[in-house]
Amino acid sequence: MDLNYSQDELVFRDEVRGWLNANLPQDLRDKVANNEELNREDLLGWHRILARKGWVAPAWPQEWGGTGWNLVQRYIFEEELGYVGSPPLIPFGLAMCGPVLLRFGNEAQKKRFLPRIYSGDDFWCQGYSEPGSGSDLASLKTKALREGNEYIVNGQKIWTTLGQYADWIFCLVRTDSNMSKKQEGISFLLIDMKSPGIMVRPLILMDGGHEVNEVFFENVRVPVENLVYEENKGWTVAKYLLGHERMGTGRIGASKRELAKLKAFAASQLGDDGKPLVQDSRFRDKLTRIEVELMALEITNLRFLDQMRRTGQPPGADVSMLKIKGTEIQQSLSELAMQAVGPLAQPFMAVGADAGFDAFTAGLAPRYCNFRKTTIYAGSNEIQRNIISKMTLGL
Amino acid sequence: MNFDYNEEQQLLADSVRRFLAKDYEFDKRRKIVASSEGWSAETWATLAEMGVTGLPLPAQFGGFGGGAVDLMGVMEAFGEALVVEPYLATVLAARLVARAGSEAQKKAILPQVVEGKLRLAFAHTEKGARYNLAQVRTEATPADGGWALNGEKVVVLGAPLAEKIVVSARSAKGMSLFLVDRGALKLRPYRTLDEMRAGDVMLASVKVGADALLGRDGEALALIEEATDFATALVCAEAVGAMKFACDTTLEYLKTRKQFGVPIGTFQALQHRMVDMYIAYEQAKSMACVACSRADHAADARERQLAVSAAKIKISDNCRHISQESVQLHGGMGMAEELKVSHSFRRLTMIAQQFGDAEHHLARFAALDASGA
Repeated sequence: MDLNYSQDELVFRDEVRGWLNANLPQDLRDKVANNEELNREDLLGWHRILARKGWVAPAWPQEWGGTGWNLVQRYIFEEELGYVGSPPLIPFGLAMCGPVLLRFGNEAQKKRFLPRIYSGDDFWCQGYSEPGSGSDLASLKTKALREGNEYIVNGQKIWTTLGQYADWIFCLVRTDSNMSKKQEGISFLLIDMKSPGIMVRPLILMDGGHEVNEVFFENVRVPVENLVYEENKGWTVAKYLLGHERMGTGRIGASKRELAKLKAFAASQLGDDGKPLVQDSRFRDKLTRIEVELMALEITNLRFLDQMRRTGQPPGADVSMLKIKGTEIQQSLSELAMQAVGPLAQPFMAVGADAGFDAFTAGLAPRYCNFRKTTIYAGSNEIQRNIISKMTLGL
Repeated sequence: MNFDYNEEQQLLADSVRRFLAKDYEFDKRRKIVASSEGWSAETWATLAEMGVTGLPLPAQFGGFGGGAVDLMGVMEAFGEALVVEPYLATVLAARLVARAGSEAQKKAILPQVVEGKLRLAFAHTEKGARYNLAQVRTEATPADGGWALNGEKVVVLGAPLAEKIVVSARSAKGMSLFLVDRGALKLRPYRTLDEMRAGDVMLASVKVGADALLGRDGEALALIEEATDFATALVCAEAVGAMKFACDTTLEYLKTRKQFGVPIGTFQALQHRMVDMYIAYEQAKSMACVACSRADHAADARERQLAVSAAKIKISDNCRHISQESVQLHGGMGMAEELKVSHSFRRLTMIAQQFGDAEHHLARFAALDASGA
């Protein structure tokens, strides 16, 4: 047992860290540090910088632009990305549609879509959830009826993250309503967001941010060549995606950065007794417990990685615990950061420099609100517990 | 980076686990606990044969020079079987002898420990000191060319089963250690909640020779801190084993116990709690790796202390979580003396408070963290 990275791995980490630090534009760094909303150009700008370096899709096969890094190197890269404080790489193209096409797409689809996902020419979003289909995804109702060489799509998707920026959406749609099991009769369809009949309506969240949308489809015509894999076999594709590449789901690098920021911030804030807040034992105990939880999660994640390296087998359902713990930690950090500013958490948003405090402080309470989403999205933590219960524990 | 046990570590852990499954099953353990001695000489002899007693001791005295990581698998197996033998007490005191003792002292003690002929204990904690290792009022004063020890120690683990006891006391120069025959001490023995043997030690002008001083006069505190961190890392690994048992047996119960015509494990309210126990176990296991690994290879004392405290915070919290849930999910049966789960409950409860509870280690971690900032 050796918990330290090898010399080679350390050299790799330093190279990655050095390059990321040297190439992350200052304006993006500041926006992320202040929890400001990132627009399409911010997100794609950073994506393209990494694409030019050849680092935007490390896990892809090398012929499509992958780096050929091993599991540990990929993990280090992801954590460093989080730690440097860069805009997030939006997963819908790189980590979702891309891998689906690599696994299920035909040659024409791969050639048409993969290079543009890689380069950041196309912005993708995900059309899974519907108003009546959240955790029970397979109950989805959006219909796609075959008519000649086209599908006619009618229905509604919801919680479509960054749909307002998207060029393309990959959707689960119902192509046959007469199957005995609801999982059958679903297909995986790629839809151009510029198609006539698509309407995107913003869903503003309680922090005031616009990151999710409703997407309405009214007689939207989609060429059949945009069907991925077989008609009515879309659930197979969806299941593959759920099990794919969930090792980075703990977002440990980003939480480490938040923890360091919170520590520094709490050292600069005064408690009721006039001493630095970080010395207040009630505050300090909460902070340390989060730090320890994060440490445990990092080691757990590395243990899974090590097991995967040894056996060649992904850890399966246990990855769900990374999502559960990772999101709980993100929420605890955002909650404690909000607590750290005390009464200054109350003013909402439009607090300029002349109001006496900075954008970082002003962003803490909205961020707390926003982060309640983490235990709900991407399979709520209750669904994650169902998965472990069934798959790992056999209950 | 890797989290494997090497081949030797794995082989030893496997053979200890096999031995315990065969010769230390719950009924056998119950008899050992109920016996007047409270331990099993037979088991101890086998552990010595297997090399377990010699594992953490230097090779020049017949041991294998193993560190905390080498002991992890064994401690996990002990935890799973709820072993009550005075192993941890002996390892802790033996570490003090190995690191502080003169050649003559080491020669006199360590080979016998390796061979299973000698058990040790460390008498340090005093009333009112709580977990503060520096707070010792027992006095050592020069007498007749040797020393006279005066004071009282409490909850000395393994004391009734030890032949030699390492006693801490304050001399004119500061914290010091003395090697004392148990027969020379007045002992009030008792059973602990988790069915181990321990005792309070009364030192009323106990006279020992000059050669009883272990290490340099007045310089023992750092040694005590190091050995205690080492033992803390080991008890973290032991906790992981006990947690594994508690989780496994609870899961089994959920699958077999029927109410309302179905196994209670079909109820989502219970499934999610079982999942949380399982996650708590995995998180604890990760922190035991941190503690043992850093106990062996830390750059300095601060790094070691930070790692051990971080681990003990998590382990203590999760000892409580898992033990309480294991009883709750068993319903009334979880309360019953006859079920092993009520015994793992007690062991986990005590481990949470052994060598510092979560609050103690939260304070130590915060102080160390601030000192490095």
